[in-house]
Amino acid sequence: MSVDTQYRVCATTGLKVFSGTQALIKANAVAAVVFLAIGGLFGLGVALTRWPDVHLLPMDWFYLVLTAHGLDVLLCWIVFFEVAFLYLASSVLLNCRLAAPKMAWLAFWLMVIGAVLTNITVLQGESTVMFTSYTPLQAKPNFYLGLILFAVGVLIACGVFFGTLVIAKDERTYEGSIPLVTFGALTAAIICVFTMASGAIILVPTWLWSLGYISHIDPLLYKLIWWALGHSSQQVNVSVHVSIWYAVAAILLGAKPLSEKASRLAFLLYIFFLQLASAHHLLVEPGVGSEWKIFNTSYAMYLAVLGSMIHAMTVPGTIEAAQRKLGFNKGVFEWLRKAPWGNPAFAGVFLSLVLFGFLGGISGVVLGTEQINLIMHNTLYAPGHFHATVVLGTTLTFMSVTYLLVPLLFQREIMFPRMAKLQPYVFALGAGGISLFMMAAGTLGVPRRHWDITFADALFPYQIPSAGFLMMALNGISAIIAATGGVMYIVNTVASVFFGKRTGDVPVKTYVPKGAPVAARTTVGQAGSAGTLYIPGTIVLVGIFFVSFVLYYYVNWKYLAEVWPLR
Amino acid sequence: MAITSPANHMWWREPIHRTELTWIIVAFLWGLVMFFTMSFWHAWGDQNLANTTYKIKPQDFAAKAEQMAEQYKVRDEMGVPVVHPPPGSDVYLLGRIWMWWPILELEKGESYRFHLSAMEYSHGFSLQPVNINIQMQPGYEHVFTMVPSEAGEFAIICNEYCGLGHHTMASRLYVVDKNAPGSVQE
Repeated sequence: MSVDTQYRVCATTGLKVFSGTQALIKANAVAAVVFLAIGGLFGLGVALTRWPDVHLLPMDWFYLVLTAHGLDVLLCWIVFFEVAFLYLASSVLLNCRLAAPKMAWLAFWLMVIGAVLTNITVLQGESTVMFTSYTPLQAKPNFYLGLILFAVGVLIACGVFFGTLVIAKDERTYEGSIPLVTFGALTAAIICVFTMASGAIILVPTWLWSLGYISHIDPLLYKLIWWALGHSSQQVNVSVHVSIWYAVAAILLGAKPLSEKASRLAFLLYIFFLQLASAHHLLVEPGVGSEWKIFNTSYAMYLAVLGSMIHAMTVPGTIEAAQRKLGFNKGVFEWLRKAPWGNPAFAGVFLSLVLFGFLGGISGVVLGTEQINLIMHNTLYAPGHFHATVVLGTTLTFMSVTYLLVPLLFQREIMFPRMAKLQPYVFALGAGGISLFMMAAGTLGVPRRHWDITFADALFPYQIPSAGFLMMALNGISAIIAATGGVMYIVNTVASVFFGKRTGDVPVKTYVPKGAPVAARTTVGQAGSAGTLYIPGTIVLVGIFFVSFVLYYYVNWKYLAEVWPLR
Repeated sequence: MAITSPANHMWWREPIHRTELTWIIVAFLWGLVMFFTMSFWHAWGDQNLANTTYKIKPQDFAAKAEQMAEQYKVRDEMGVPVVHPPPGSDVYLLGRIWMWWPILELEKGESYRFHLSAMEYSHGFSLQPVNINIQMQPGYEHVFTMVPSEAGEFAIICNEYCGLGHHTMASRLYVVDKNAPGSVQE
């Protein structure tokens, strides 16, 4: 196999970008954005149908589009982008050629073929089984085959990533340990192997079942293993977007992790404990014991939650320490007030950090509490929760980092910088609304995956509380705002990639802090500003987070205590 | 920086600063508190889902439900029997495309042994507006005890996608208060 020796040095970052790697990252990133556009449009269709006064789509189209929405954004958009990130975190950050670029292209084409095959099968109808495709609902065989091809592609891509780490170590392209961001990517890749293997274990028999070679797939067994794919792959997303948070803080502010040890420990906790998450989907299922549920749903005493809570302090902490190093040292919050809010990469990442933590993180723990799940399972609370994690966390972060990747990889300037400036705010507002209003609707009992909550065609119609209808209307409006933010992102990215001004290797504009001496723009030292760790602002933020967490957690126990006793 | 190798090659020997360490300990302890809250509720709380489940053929479960309906039927509503089983007894509810069968009439404050199962696809038992949600799987008979603690007319809707008629799958559950003034004594 040919060895890739062609590279250029990025003038902005000083990183070596190998031409083979660059082409692969570009291809995967472009595929990601295409699927975001398609899946996002489907999502808008779903939200506008669930707005009772609009009720856009007819019944069969609604369920079909809902199936395709999950597939295209949750799987295709996110995973293509993650593969791009794996190549970036290994080849670019380690200054190393990519292992086996031909295999990486094979992976890419398998993923494309798989994604297109499953999409076509869904759009043909007769495979409206939702993204989760719970048996005994049966899709056409190509639905499963497409997913299997996709999973195989992703496994190969993970292999290329591991191979690149080995080559980098072998060829000594870096000194000491791999960077924290690469470590986060390694975490993601390890979890990814687990999830894709789980996917293969359940989807291959299910495919054979749809072909008629197997007579029965147990619905509980299916759910247990499918969610080892479905939920654990969300932890791949978390590992990747947290890594990007660290990366963006480093690139824009020169931020250094407060403690390499603590941040890496947090990622390590993900590897050890996140795989238990399948239990979150089986909490009100027959045939599963409480001890099993309690141990697994809490990730063995919340040890993976501990990982996220560590990041919840270390990410804003590194930003605060870096800002203080840059001279923004007044009071508790000058560092935050004078942060580069006009830079979409920073703004998006910080919004993502806050909203992911408050909306996604806290609601996830509450929803995943064995007994509290009784008053939330399969209501809109669940999509509300995971839109906070996957849209506000992962998608918003991926969008933000795109504004840095376009100049780095495509060597083009962002075409509409003012639109870029606004985009993260618009998208965060819309996606935040979606999450919040769906969760609110869920607590009022509004079911998820439901075409008509007026129950107009039902024999015994049920009148959902009017507040539920209000929440669905607000959700629809939020979806329009989020879609606007999405269009702003896609238009800007596509325009910049094809028609943006070439940067060559001229340094692109980076953030230069106002009022801070340029000489101070050096890497933050061992700890914060004064040689000791001084991050009072972060302590206040984390304190607010902690108090909100505790209060919201126990409020929900109170709600649970009010419902009919059962045992 | 986070995108470069740690400047200190022996980064694992750097101590974790007190501020960060304190937060890690607080977060760890909070995890334990949540874990033990859940365990405590499992032992002493009033809302826990029992783990009793039997494997059963859907037609056998349907036969049991039909037997109960025959025995305790009090009236019909839109062709669906309304069943008033005695307090403390076993009550059967089956979910099938796209209806719940039969309609249950229970007494406030009495405990009932519920048996839930689905016929062909998975269904989601969602009691509204109480908002108790329990998953139903074909081939599994889920048994738990529930005490209706308020009287009135309640709805059972399906919250697991079960095909194109999913949104029409709604039914009723009545809870009568025998001790309320003016109520009919049998």
